[in-house]
Formats: sequence, structure tokens, C-alpha cells
Amino acid sequence: MIDSVSRAIDTPDEPLPYADLGVSKEEYERIGEILGRRPTSSELAMYSVMWSEHCSYKSSKVHLRQFAQKAPKNERMLVGMGENAGVVEVGNGVAVTFKIESHNHPSYVEPYQGAATGVGGIVRDILTMGARPIAVLDPLRFGPADAPDTARVLPGVVAGVGGYGNCLGLPTIGGELVFDPCYAGNPLVNVLCVGVLPTDGVKYAKASGVGNIVLLFGARTGGDGIGGASVLASATFEDTGKPAKRPSVQVGDPFTEKVLIECCLEIFKEDLVVGIQDLGAAGISCATTELASAGEGGMRVNLDTVPLRDETLAPEEILMSESQERMCAVVEPAKLDRFLEICAKWGVTATAIGEVTDTGRLEISWRGESIVDVPPRTVAHDGPVYDRPMRRPTDLTTLNADYPDRLPRPTDLRETLLRMVSGPNLAAKSWVTDQYDRYVQGNTVLAQPADSGLIRLDEETGLGVAVAADGNGRYCRLDPYFGTQLALVEAYRNVAATGAMPVAVTDCLNFGSPEDPEVMWQFAESVRGLADACLQLGTPVTGGNVSFYNQTGSTPINPTPVIGVLGIIADVATRTTAAFADGARILLLGETRDEFGGSEWAWTMHGHLGGRPPRVDLERERLLAELLVAGAEQGLLQAAHDLSDGGLAQALVESCLAGNVGARITPPGDPFVALFSESAGRAVVAVTDDRFERLCAERGLPVTELGLATGTTLEIDGAFDVPLDELRAAHEATLPALFD
Amino acid sequence: MSPRIGVVTFPGSLDDTDAQRAVRAAGCEPVPLWHGDADLRGVDAVVLPGGFSYGDYLRAGAIARFAPVMRLVIDAARGGLPVLGICNGFQVLCEAHLLPGALIRNAGRRFVCSDRWLRVERADTAWTMSYAPGAEILIPIKNIDGGYVADPRSLDAIEAEGRVVFRYIRGNPNGSARDIAGVTNETGTVVGLMPHPEHAIDPLTGPSSDGLGIFTSVLHKLVAA
Repeated sequence: MIDSVSRAIDTPDEPLPYADLGVSKEEYERIGEILGRRPTSSELAMYSVMWSEHCSYKSSKVHLRQFAQKAPKNERMLVGMGENAGVVEVGNGVAVTFKIESHNHPSYVEPYQGAATGVGGIVRDILTMGARPIAVLDPLRFGPADAPDTARVLPGVVAGVGGYGNCLGLPTIGGELVFDPCYAGNPLVNVLCVGVLPTDGVKYAKASGVGNIVLLFGARTGGDGIGGASVLASATFEDTGKPAKRPSVQVGDPFTEKVLIECCLEIFKEDLVVGIQDLGAAGISCATTELASAGEGGMRVNLDTVPLRDETLAPEEILMSESQERMCAVVEPAKLDRFLEICAKWGVTATAIGEVTDTGRLEISWRGESIVDVPPRTVAHDGPVYDRPMRRPTDLTTLNADYPDRLPRPTDLRETLLRMVSGPNLAAKSWVTDQYDRYVQGNTVLAQPADSGLIRLDEETGLGVAVAADGNGRYCRLDPYFGTQLALVEAYRNVAATGAMPVAVTDCLNFGSPEDPEVMWQFAESVRGLADACLQLGTPVTGGNVSFYNQTGSTPINPTPVIGVLGIIADVATRTTAAFADGARILLLGETRDEFGGSEWAWTMHGHLGGRPPRVDLERERLLAELLVAGAEQGLLQAAHDLSDGGLAQALVESCLAGNVGARITPPGDPFVALFSESAGRAVVAVTDDRFERLCAERGLPVTELGLATGTTLEIDGAFDVPLDELRAAHEATLPALFD
Repeated sequence: MSPRIGVVTFPGSLDDTDAQRAVRAAGCEPVPLWHGDADLRGVDAVVLPGGFSYGDYLRAGAIARFAPVMRLVIDAARGGLPVLGICNGFQVLCEAHLLPGALIRNAGRRFVCSDRWLRVERADTAWTMSYAPGAEILIPIKNIDGGYVADPRSLDAIEAEGRVVFRYIRGNPNGSARDIAGVTNETGTVVGLMPHPEHAIDPLTGPSSDGLGIFTSVLHKLVAA
């Protein structure tokens, strides 16, 4: 029996299992008020998924508004928050779009497919803006490196990111790999994608032009990724004999996505679409309601026309299916033939499923009956908004008072250095990154382990973009406001260290349950910190993602906003690498304080998390970035490397190993503090003359001479020395030993 | 007029534009060819690029080998047209029996992207004549099915006939038999290799410019002809 609109009118009291779909009683009543009757089961399916936290941002919206309210003026911004991704003009008629997304929970359930479809989803977001996807970064967080479940989750996630991204021909140019017990039952799999498009080529998710045709193209719709909708189907429908258990995690097909990308780009080039939307979370429900509400406001869809992989699917399931590699386009009738011709060339299935109307209603029919008749805006945009209660975590005062000063400081700095650089968080990541194609497309100028990934956009002029993504859950646990700013400035510094000037920001806000007032407070503080810092640095947040409910049982993860920063470099040939060259003088930029709260040293050597994170000085960060960029442009820098986790010691080790040269270093002040403090606003550079120091003196940036790149040993004057071979062995052996 | 080098795009090809760039960098004219083409457009040589043709869900290269354009490529190759297969292209050439052996999953069972040293064992093929015999070159690999295999007698024959063109040195990344990275046909006109010379044409975007020699080789061969 079909639960049609007329049946819903006739049976006003029929109970629907709204609670099983995560819809509250108040929300269910509100749907009734909007429609003036009870919803049909298909309508309930659509509202439930579109009003979910994931799609509606109902708990985060009131806070996220700050990104618009505090957005710095920036004439490069072509598209800001609200579309599938922000678009930034980079020059020469070229624009770049970038965004970060999470696929945390699916990756815990099914690591390979969860991570693979995480890549697929963000790539389609970028494609939907009219852009060719050109690079991927993957910030990853797992439980303890030696935990048995990490050995299940990590290899699958890495293989999934690689399996999908490599097969799409997208270079993976950066990311993060962090281990912490707080992620043991809830890994974080974030993926950032960058795309390039002509400045006049931006596409919008909008169904305008009455009579225009709505097409579904790409993969067929199957029963994967339906989640809760099956509850509805089984409650309202007789048993159809379909498989009882379906995977709630979607299954990816990168080949289909690759041809879909090329097909879309050819369609965009010939200007054949009025509007376009990818099918991600909430599938057809999301695409049709968003397209309709952004256009003329009406759309008529015949659900019988949707090509199915499984003919037993109920309409509710078709509406909610999250089958991958699908797009929805709005096409003028006159352009339909050419559109279909290009789809045929690429072997992409394309089907007209409906048309644009001006009725202000989204009307969906199934087997001749009307099953959905709703104002699309009420589904896509007018969902509930919650200003949830917040409370500063009760343990925070104690935690902040527990400074790492009480920890015994090492007497054997050599041993400390070796244990730090071989710890899972600071060890070489090549076990992971060697599973990613970093060369494809032929424009990768820098990739991991470089401070930021750097992609050439224009072979003639050398114009390029740099992207880095960073987060630090420990800092944010101690202080979400400044912790988030520290994540931002780390990514900002990483971009500048390669010679690109940071211009825009994307964020993936990974938190626990918003229903926990302490988590909500962390979230609000984090957003406020990011908005304030972006305003001051002049780098607007262009879009991003909120991921709530990251917790094991009732224990939330450390608040982990991951911040992506995009920078522009006029000529990629001027980029700076982190590799020291023999004979260069090594300088430390910025000031070092005794700052160990939340540091890698306190964590790795003592399992300690307490005190306060390092101080943030945004003006200092900006000055440092400007000088690193000026130094690169003027050719004054032989090398540059940001200082963050693990402090100066880690940076020296990485720069020496990258250049395959030793160094003789005289640490300023207390050698332990000099080597391992994590004070922000610092970088090491290598120079061959004094021009850069003079530039820093003119601009008032403190510079300390550290020593010389030379020989085959890292020598810390008056403390210890370690041969490069020993350092390399310690740094590179850890991950293979854990995961091979 | 500079030689015209066809670069075939199959659905799922990934390094086709990169191969075109390398062809251009060597001073040749790249000519895009589509998998469904019934015409080689008069090209002087063909490159089969890297990627995952048709998804490679069956066996790498197994479907591409039957693409309409491949019928023409196979015939032309038998007639002496220089053909280069890179990575997936190498797999296609083995599937098409233009080259001996086969490529199986890497010994580590994982995708491997890394810069590898190769020794040029044959500097007299259509695609290697710009190199000095025994030259050592740094070229990236990036594949999951890069393990070169053949039965022992075939391997002995390949070695005896001098058909190994490139050999991995300083480490074998994927368990390839006898460290073989690339082979040629009997006439030295068809060459296949797993490493990606098109990603080593400019130190700005690759580990070296050592791969350019592959593409200048065919230029010299064609200009001399």
C-alpha cells in the first residue's frame, strides 16, 4: 500500500515511527503544522534526514553565523558560506574552490569504504561548483598507535583514501596523522579537496526556469547508505522479501566517479546546465529540495523514472539512499540532446526525472500517486534551530591549573630527542603517504611531508596555490578558544613557510555530542576563536563542515577543529622547501617561551595533558607570514620550516633529513626549552647571506642565529650529537614496525 | 614538422594529460586519441598512459586491450609503429601480447608511490636511444599492480634476448621478477614500463628530469627515420 498524500489526509491519526528516525515529538508536530496534515511516510523520510544534525546544522547554526558576521572584507571571495564550497579568485581569470568534510563514523564501521566515500563526497562538492578537482589532503586521527583496533581501522582508512583518490587521478598532497586514546572508538577521517575553475564558470545548486528538465545522472540508486529509512519501509509496507540487512555505509566506485567528473567538466565547458547539485547525504531528498528552494521554488518529480540497482526499493528508501557517484542537473530543453550526447560519450546513465515549476511545491509521484507535496524550503532550510545549553567543563579549572611544570625535565636530551622523533605522532609518515599518488596531473610542486601542499595552476605564469590543514585536540581540550586559533595559525604558518600568502579558510569541526552542555561550550568557544582570528588575519572562512557525536560511549573526543588554509603564490618556482642545504646558516624566527601545556613532550614522555596551551599572537603570525612570503619572493631563503608539534627539535630533524645534511646548533637559553617548547609564531629558516635578517630587523621580527647546516650529524652544542643515519632510522622505523 | 605522438585516453585513464605534456616538452606534437576511435589519425607513435582503464576491476588492462582503438594500435605496433606503455599502458601491452610477461599485485599488497632508481639496460630501443647504456635514472612509480612476472623459462629467454629495458636498482619496490621495471618487443619498437617517466620531466614537479629522455628518444628515432 502506498502512503500517498490523499491517504495521509484520510488517515490523520495513523502513527508514524518518527522517533526511530531521530525526529523529536516537537519536530514531528512542526512538520504537521507546515503541511496542515500528517506527513506521508516519504515526506517524513525527507524531513527526518534533512532536519538531522548532519544536514541541517540545527545545533551549530546559531554559532556558525559568526563566520559571516565577522567575515573580513576580501575582494577575492567570489562565493562565500552557504554554497557547496567557497570560491576564491586567484588571478589570471582563475579561481579556486576548497572545502573539508568528515566521514568519521562510517570509517569506524567500515574503514575502507567509509574513507573512500569520504573522498568521493567532498570531490563531488567541489565538482558541483563547476571546478576540476585538483588535490586532496587527509587529516586523520586514530586511537593509540599500538591498540589492536587501530591496526584494524588505520590500514583500511589509508587504503580507502588512496584507493579512491588514486583511482580518480587526484594527487594527495598533505594531511595529518595523529594518535590519541580519545579517538579509539571514534577515528576522525577528514578530507579536504581543492578544485580549479574559471572565475566566470561558477555553478550553483539552483533549479530555475519553469519547464526546465531535472536530470539524474551517474550511478544507479541502490539500497546502500539508507540507515534509518528502512525502519519506515518495514513499518508501513509489507515484507517485500528484500535482504534484511543492508550496509549502512555506502560503497564507492571510483571509476564511475572519474567518468562522472570528466563528463561534468565537458558539460560545464559547453554551458549546458542551469543548476547542478551532487547527491551526498540525504541523496535525492537533499538534491531536489535544495535545487527547488534556490530556484523558482517548485519542482515536479516522477520517482518511477529513477534508475535503480534494486527494483525492490520502497519510495522512502529511494528518497534517502546515499548511493554514491550521482549528480542532479537542471537543463533547458533546447540543450537536453547535447547534454545526453556527452553523457553517452562517457558511458554515464542520465535520466530525466522531473521538471521545474513555479508552484512553490516539490511534488513527487510514485506509481501514479502523489507521495510528496511540500514547500521545498521547509525541508531544506527552515529546519529547527537550537540554541543548546552550554556549560564550561567542570574539570577545566583543575586541568588548567595542572601545569606541566611539575613534570621532571630530562637530563638526557639525546634520549629525549630520539624518543620524541620516533613517537607515533612525530615519526615519519611515509608508510601512509607512500600509498597516495602525489604526482598525477603533473602539477604537484610540494606534497607531504612539506609544510603545505603546493599545486601549480598555470604552466605559463607559475601561478599556484598552497594548502595546509591542521588541528590540535589537546590544545583545544585545554582551551577551545585559543586552541582553535592555534590550529588556524599553524596551518597559516605552514602555507606561508612554502612561500604562499594565506587568503582563505575552511574548517571541519569535530566535536562530541551537542546535547552535552560541556561539548556545546567547547564548540561555541572554538567557533568564536576561529571567527575572531579569521577577522584579524583577514582570512575569511569560506565553508566547512560540522561533525558532532564523536564520542565513545558518553566520553567525547577532545574538541578537534581541523582548519584548512589556502594560500596563493604568484610563481611556484619561488617556493621554499624545508630541506637544509650544506653550508646554509640556520636562523630561528620568533620568540621561544617556556610553554609545555598540551605539548607533544608532556604527552609522549609523561602522558600528561594539563596547563594552558601556548600563547597566541595573531599580529606576530601575520608578520612572520609576510616575511616568509617576502623572503621566498625575493629569493632570500634557502629553506624554511614551521615550528609546531615537538618544537625546534622536530623541525631541525625534519629539515636535516630532508636535505640529507647535518647541522651544528647552539640553542639559545635553556637547551630543553629551546628544543622542545611549542611556542607559536616561530619558524626556522636557512639563508646564505644576511639580506633576510636585515628585512626582519626592518620589520621588527626577532631573529636568533642557531648555527650551520653541515656534515652528517646533528650536533646540539654543549648537549649532544646524533648521526643522521641514527636519526633517520629512529624517525622512519616506527610506522612500518606498527603496521607492516 | 615535429612528430605527432598519439596519447590514448580510455575511460579511467589518469596520466593522459601528463603524457601529452611530456610529449610536448620533448618537442613532439601530442595527438589525443579516444578509446572508441576507429582511426589513429596518422600519428607517428603511440603512448598508452597510466591510470585505471575501465576501473581495472577485472584484471589491470584486461578490458582496455579490447578497446576499438587498440585493434589499430596492435596492428600498427606489429607493423613497426613505436608504442610506449606506461604503468596501466604497460599492463595493456602485456594483455595484448605485444610484450611478454604480466603484472600482478605488488608484493606488499599495497599501492606504492615512491621515487625509484632504474638502470637503463637497453639504450637502443625507440624509446631509450637518448640514454647512455647503463645510465641510472630517478623516476617515480605509483601503482598497486606493478609486480612483473613470467615463468622462469620465459624470463631466461627475455634476459637472453636482451629484452629487459629498465631494471630497479637500490631496492625492488614491488617484488618484480629479476627487478624488471620495463621490457621491449623483439624489434625494440614497443616498450612498456611500470615507472612514470612523464612525471620526471621537470625537477619542479618531479624528482628529476630523467624521464624526458624517453620522449626525446622517440623524437630522434622519428626524425632520423
